[in-house]
Parts: sequence; structure tokens; C-alpha cells
Amino acid sequence: MNAPASSAEIQSLQAKQAILVDALRPFLADDALLWQPEDTIPYECDGLAAYRKMPLAVALPENEEQVVNILKACKALGVPVVPRGSGTGLSGGAMPIEQGLVLSLAKFKKILQVDPFTRTAVVQPGVRNLAISEAVAKHGLYYAPDPSSQIACSIGGNVNENSGGVHCLKYGLTLHNVLRVRAVLMNGDVVEFGSMAPDSPGLDLLAVLIGSEGMLGIVTEITVKLVPKPKLARVIMASFDDIEKGGNAVAAIIAAGIIPAGLEMMDKPTTRAVEEFVHAGYDLNAEAILLCESDGTPEEVEEEIARMNAVLEKQGASRIQVSESEAERLRFWSGRKNAFPAAGRIAADYYCMDGTIPRRHIATLLKRIKGMEAKYGLGCLNVFHAGDGNMHPLILFNGADPDEWHRAEEFGTEILEACVELGGTITGEHGVGIEKINSMCVQFGEQERERFWGVKAAFDPDRLLNPDKAIPTLNRCAEYGRMRVSGGVLPHPELERF
Amino acid sequence: MNETVLSRFREQIIEAGKQNQVLSIQGGNTKSWYGNPSRSPILSTKPYQGILDYQPEELVITACAGTSIAEIESILAKNNQILPFEPPHFGDDATFGGVIAAGLAGPARISAGNLRDFVLGTRLMDGRGEDLSFGGKVMKNVAGYDVSRLLPGSLGTLALLLEASVKVLPKPAATASLRCRMGASDALKILNEWAGQPLPLNASAWIGDAGGEGELTIRLAGAKAAVTSASQMMQDRLGATVLDDSEADLFWRNLREQQLSWFSQMPNHHALWRLSLPANCPVLAMPKDCLPEIIMEWHGQERWIQGPANQSTANVLQKLAIQHGGHLTCFRSLSTEAFERFTRLDSNPLTAGFEAVQKRLRHSFDPFGVFTTGRLP
Ligand SMILES: Cc1cc2nc3c(=O)[nH]c(=O)nc-3n(C[C@H](O)[C@H](O)[C@H](O)COP(=O)(O)OP(=O)(O)OC[C@H]3O[C@@H](n4cnc5c(N)ncnc54)[C@H](O)[C@@H]3O)c2cc1C
Ligand SMILES: Cc1cc2nc3c(=O)[nH]c(=O)nc-3n(C[C@H](O)[C@H](O)[C@H](O)COP(=O)(O)OP(=O)(O)OC[C@H]3O[C@@H](n4cnc5c(N)ncnc54)[C@H](O)[C@@H]3O)c2cc1C
Repeated sequence: MNAPASSAEIQSLQAKQAILVDALRPFLADDALLWQPEDTIPYECDGLAAYRKMPLAVALPENEEQVVNILKACKALGVPVVPRGSGTGLSGGAMPIEQGLVLSLAKFKKILQVDPFTRTAVVQPGVRNLAISEAVAKHGLYYAPDPSSQIACSIGGNVNENSGGVHCLKYGLTLHNVLRVRAVLMNGDVVEFGSMAPDSPGLDLLAVLIGSEGMLGIVTEITVKLVPKPKLARVIMASFDDIEKGGNAVAAIIAAGIIPAGLEMMDKPTTRAVEEFVHAGYDLNAEAILLCESDGTPEEVEEEIARMNAVLEKQGASRIQVSESEAERLRFWSGRKNAFPAAGRIAADYYCMDGTIPRRHIATLLKRIKGMEAKYGLGCLNVFHAGDGNMHPLILFNGADPDEWHRAEEFGTEILEACVELGGTITGEHGVGIEKINSMCVQFGEQERERFWGVKAAFDPDRLLNPDKAIPTLNRCAEYGRMRVSGGVLPHPELERF
Repeated sequence: MNETVLSRFREQIIEAGKQNQVLSIQGGNTKSWYGNPSRSPILSTKPYQGILDYQPEELVITACAGTSIAEIESILAKNNQILPFEPPHFGDDATFGGVIAAGLAGPARISAGNLRDFVLGTRLMDGRGEDLSFGGKVMKNVAGYDVSRLLPGSLGTLALLLEASVKVLPKPAATASLRCRMGASDALKILNEWAGQPLPLNASAWIGDAGGEGELTIRLAGAKAAVTSASQMMQDRLGATVLDDSEADLFWRNLREQQLSWFSQMPNHHALWRLSLPANCPVLAMPKDCLPEIIMEWHGQERWIQGPANQSTANVLQKLAIQHGGHLTCFRSLSTEAFERFTRLDSNPLTAGFEAVQKRLRHSFDPFGVFTTGRLP
């Protein structure tokens, strides 16, 4: 993936490294600045292990003042900075830059304040997503967005990816659950976005900061909204003997005016893979399994379960089971929650895609993916946030075989292009990072991409904060357009090539 | 036909840029009095009309900026769906673009969320006349920066909104409104306590003497069973009485449209001041020359005050709001005296950096200053 560096390049990197380390040492403790390869190697990639780079150095500050000093020093030296939370990102957003510093927020682990009366918590960015819910459980509250990685991922990473999870259909994404963010800009300015009030003066820059993939500011403090824990949750597990019927049932539930607390789907290959792993008692003959959760007061849940049941029956579900206890509910969910590790057991590697489409096209996309499996000679598991139309095809491959990895990448790209074609997007929650930067050229035109650069420049005029991620340059898209000649037909033949 | 309209917009914008002229974007002009006054030539969005896409099962509607908000609401109602942020109309001419550019929300905001929470994608024309699309029509989308959500509340000072896709929701299965008498601080306490419990609380309005007694109205919305049991609990605990449906509808509509007698009796020399505040903000002592009677919405996080329409009242109220972590807007004023209607960013030391970013951002969308009406500071 990377060409080996020449000895002149290595020397120049070492010289840069020495200058950077000297500049940062004065305000960081000895163990908070790493540059020896054996210390920095754990930082060479995030959750997308197929893309790796060694950084010049890694800094682990523990307070905002140090962050300010680090950024000022890097700005003065022209050294790019890549922020990092827990490194669970799946698009290479926290992957280092060879000539740059990785700034880890791992030491920002304090929950600064919990106020049950105003239903808010003030936390540092390195706090794990699940740790917030655990800390406020005694007040009957929780933090709603629940990415599957919630035991590990940081709230700072969530803010920068606008992460979602099973509960986002009803309770919203990170965007809907964050009130205020404090961040340090590349020039060292400390800025607050949003407030504890329902709105704040000026343009809504908080909305832009959320999901900005570490490219606009280093997030140092976050105020999140907490919501009351529902008294009860129950889940319906419904089988369909046809993917199309399953897809239609998703649309029908929403059309009936129901917003379930979770609405997730698994296809047959996934069900088989997870059943072997978790023994949840899934229906192995079903082509699609839907999990529809209802939460609220016991009366509310009873009413909603009955309504969902009626819709599912009408849509031709072949088997319907409703959880009768909390243990059973968790058992029904266990397969969905363990789908990724289960995929890891049946194939050497898997490549997790993340596109969103209008709900009514779920069956169409699943059928097209079937065709692509044959085309690329690779298997694919489908388990996803059906209620949001957020698809997560898991392409199975063997990373030891470069040709298989290449085919997996092509397969993934074709899925994303299909998502755009069906009226959707190339990423619903994992971000663009380095992984989907070429697909951005498919979804956005040149003028939009230029305006994205304008947004970036408004926060970071020197383009030093996590550059080369998320927003492709003009050149990159021109290059990409040249590369993607499929079936001898050049896409957009009317356009001039560089 | 719409293509011709778009090329007219483009010409008007490019020409204005060349002439160093400022354009005031206008929809239905139902609230020209909101925001700082502007006397620039008008760019009217009214010719750009139409619902472009509406798929009830997708919970998304896409429409042109000049479409009337009444038309949108009526097609949603036929499918038993709503705009959950309850935009007021202030006249029959209000447009979809104006609603989004104003970025305000009605009584249900505290439970449903802000208007910007529902914006999924936009098509807009920037100050160079470039036609740009951001976001999309799907529920989850993190490709690129979320530029669409800069439009709500921008009051025409960033770009011309051409089209928007917004998320809609099913109408709640059941609603009920209850009313009882209580003091302001008891109301704040009880509303916040209940908001921390799994109750179908949808809206609240307390109207009364800031320092004394008043009348609290609560709206519940959700599943039938949940509404019924919460309503019973409130009757038992507070001795609240249930409003009949038509009375309740009228009350919430009049509150939303500011047609309650409290609003219409405002003297000419007064302005309607709006405070946006954190949930823990206590009862505030009213400055001397302000009316002691106030309205609190959103569980106390939005407070309406009537007081003299002048800079010194603005300063006093602004200080009060900032001191409690909120901010002030002059919402409506009949006075001709010119004064700051919105909180300026430089009134808070932490927002100097924010202001610099906002300035550069505006410049990148509008390099020739075509939209710098000053309507929003
Ligand atoms: C098994 C598994 C399941 C997952 N399931 C989901 C899911 O259901 N939903 C979902 O949305 N995601 C999911 N993810 C993806 C990932 O967990 C999320 O994107 C998460 O938000 C990343 O958080 P992190 O702390 O690990 O961030 P990192 O990976 O460290 O960083 C992510 C991005 O944020 C930036 N960043 C991090 N912290 C800061 C900060 N303080 N200031 C500025 N920039 C910062 C980084 O530069 C990078 O661009 C999953 C990942 C895995 C491995
Ligand atoms: C007293 C009052 C209370 C209100 N309360 C609420 C409320 O609670 N909830 C709520 O949702 N709304 C509220 N509004 C907003 C208002 O009801 C709606 O926004 C209204 O319908 C405006 O539409 P319009 O077409 O008349 O806008 P106009 O008055 O024509 O324009 C309003 C602003 O939007 C800008 N604008 C208009 N169209 C565009 C466009 N296409 N692109 C960019 N900028 C544009 C204009 O430049 C101007 O700054 C309130 C308004 C008033 C006056």
C-alpha cells in the first residue's frame, strides 16, 4: 500500500521529528510524548486496519492548556495534527499522517458534572460512550446514541463522526443529543459552540462541527443531553421468507405511524453466522429477520407491540416472537450485537461498508449486492439499521491475498455508488475519513467540494488539522475519474481529463 | 419554468455582486419586523414554488423555498403527519424558505427538537450565484460538512435557500391538555422533574405574574395509554383540569401565532423580548419598567417579556440573560427607534473566536457581500 521510503526521505523525516519533539517537550510530561516506533506503532491505524501510516510523534495531553500549546507549536512549524479518540473509527479518520502528529484525547477521561435536574452531563472527550450512561443510571437517565462500539468509543469521537446506533431511529444521532461543545482551533483559540439554552446567537456552527471528522477543531469538552430511561422495552423478532417482504415490512411499520425504538434487519447468511456464535434460537430458514423494539411505559409498549405485530402479520411474516422477559429480549438482540465478531469467525477478514438509502429501496439494494457477490467472487453479510435505511454490508475476504482485498475494495465502492444512485449517501455514520474520500467525488460536484474547503478554511485556514481526510481535492477527483473506467465506458465522457 | 426562475435568481445575485449591492431575500414577508431592519432591494422567493417529493413512508418532504407553509402542512395532514417543530404562520403567505431561514420553533420544541434537527438536505444559491446541494433525503448522512443546518436561523444572511428536505413525523396517536394554577418557581420545578421521567410531556406554557401566581397549561402527546395514565397522574397530583379538545387546540394555536390577549394588548412603546435560557434558570426578577406578567414556554427555557423598546432595556435584559447562561432577542417591536435586536457575539468573551469563524464562513459563501443585510448581526 505504501512505497518504501528512500533513505533521504527517512533522514528528512527524522530531522522533522527531532524538531517537533523539541518543540513539544517543554509542556508535556515525559510519558505524554511518544516518537519511538515501538511506542507509536499502536497508533498507526484506527478500526480500519487495512490502511496504516506511522506518525512523526504522538502527544497525549491531559488538559486544555496543553492542547492549546501543542496546536500553537504545530501551527508555527507547519506540522499537521490528527486528533484521535479511542481509535475505533471505521473510515481511517484517525489514521496518522506520515509528516504529522497524532493528538490523542485518551487522558481526557473525566465526567465533570452530572445534573439530573437539567438532564445534562458535562464530560471530557475521552470519556467512553457507555461510561456516561453508567454514570447517570442512578438518576434513571441515560445518553441515547448507542453505537455498537459504545463500550470502547469516546464521546469526542462520536461528536466528530456524528455517531448513531440502534436507538437513533427514535432518539436521534449525536447531533440531536449534544447541547454544547468546547473546542480548540488550530490557532489556539478556545471556542464554545452551542449553549445550555435551547438556541444561541450566531449561525449554527455546532451543527457543522458535529460530524466534522477532526478537521475543524480539537474537542475538549462536551455537554450532552440525557433522557429518562424507559420503564420497559420489548422486542419483536419476525421472520420473512423473502428479502423483499422484509424490506417492505420496514417501510410499512413507518408508514403506519410507528417509530420503533429500534428496527434492525439481518439476512440469512448473517443469521446463520451469528446463530453458530451466540445460539440465540434464530430462525435459520428465514431469508430476513427483523428486530422491532418498543420502549416506554408498560401500557405504551403493549399498545405499540400490538400495532407492530399487526403490520408484520399483514406484510406476511412467517414467524413472530415477542420477548417475554428482559433476558429473552437481550437474547434476541445478542446476534445483532455480535454480528461483526461472528463475521470475523467465518472469514479471515471483513470489510464493513456504511451507506444510507431511502427505506423503500432496501430490497433493491440487497438484490444488487447479491449480484455483486457473484461478480467479485466474495461473500457478503447484511445486518443493518433498517429503520434508518442505514446499510452495513460486511464483505468477507482474506487479507493475506492482495487480489481479494482489491476485489473487496471494488465491491465496496460499487455498493456505495449504488447507494448514491438510489438517492442515498456514501456514509450514514462511519464517516468519510480516508476510506471513502474517492466516493465523495461521486456524491458531490466540484462546486460543493469547493464550498466544503471554504468551511474548512473558516476554522483552519492553513489546512493543518487532519488534512487529506473526508474532503477530496480537485486533483484527487480528477485522478479518480480517470481510474474508474468500467466496461470501457468512461464516466462523464463530456468532461475534460487532466 | 422553475429553471427560468433559477436563472433569474442567478442573474440578480451576480448583478448585485458586481454593483456592490445588498439583496434582502424575502418569502411571504410575513415578518419583516423580525430581525434587524433592512432596506435593501428584494429578492423574492415566491416564484420558486412547489412540492418536489413527498414519500410518507420515508417521513421526508422536499419542497421549493417559495412554497406556502400552509400547503405543506395540509398535504402532510392528509397523511396524518406533521412538522414536529410546529412553525407558526403569521399570515397566509408564510413560505417554507422563510420558516427555515427564521429557524424558530413552536410550543413542542422542548420535546420534539429544533427546526435544524429536522433538516436533512438543502439546495441553495450562494453569493456567486452557484447552485449547490448539501445533505440529502435520507435519515443518516455524514458525507461532508453539514452545511444544510447552517441555514436555519440565518435570516437570509448566508445564502439563498432554494429547496429543502425535512424530516416529518407521524401525528401522535393521542394528545391531552391540562391546566392548573401554580407559582412560577413551582412550575419550573415540577416541569423539569417530570421531563426527567418517562412521561409523554409535549409542551408547556405558564402565564402569570413573574413573582407570583399563574396558570400552567401542559400538553401530553404519545401513545393513548401513556397519555391517559399521565393525565390521570396530573389530575391527582395537581388537581389539574382537562381542557376539551377544541379549547386546547385554540390555546396552543394562539400561543404559537402569538394571538393570545397577552400578546395583542402590548402597548406601542413596548417590545416583545424573548429570552432563551438553560433549564436550571430560576424565576427572574423583572426590571422595573417591564410588565410583571410574563409567559414561560419550553419548561421555562423560553420566556416572553414585554418592556420598553429601547437600547437600555435591551442592555438590562441582555445582561440578565447572559448572567444565567442564555441570550436575548428583541422579537417584535412597533417602535421606530433603532437598537440591537439580537445578542451580539462580542457581548460574550468566549465567542470572539466564534465570531472570527462565522465571518470567514460567510465570506466563503458570499464573497461580495450580496446577503449582508445585517438582519442578523
Ligand atoms: C465493532 C464496531 C462497531 C461500530 N458500530 C458503530 C455504530 O453502530 N455506529 C456508529 O456510528 N459507529 C460505529 N462504529 C464506528 C466508531 O466506533 C465511531 O465512529 C466512533 O464515534 C469513533 O469514536 P472513537 O473515539 O474511537 O474515535 P476515533 O476513531 O479515535 O476518531 C474518529 C474521528 O474523530 C476524530 N476525533 C476523535 N476525537 C476527537 C476530538 N476530541 N476532537 C477532534 N476530533 C476528534 C478523529 O480525528 C477521527 O477523524 C463502530 C466501530 C466498531 C469497531
Ligand atoms: C412573531 C413571530 C414568531 C414566530 N414564531 C415562530 C415559531 O415559533 N416557530 C417557527 O417555526 N417560526 C416562527 N416564526 C417564523 C415565521 O412564522 C415563519 O418563518 C414564517 O412563516 C416566515 O415565512 P416568510 O416567507 O413570511 O418569511 P419572510 O418574512 O419573507 O423572511 C424571513 C427571513 O428569512 C429570509 N428568507 C426567506 N426566504 C429565504 C430563502 N429562500 N433563503 C434564504 N433566506 C430566506 C429572509 O431574508 C428573512 O430574513 C415566527 C415569526 C414571527 C414574526
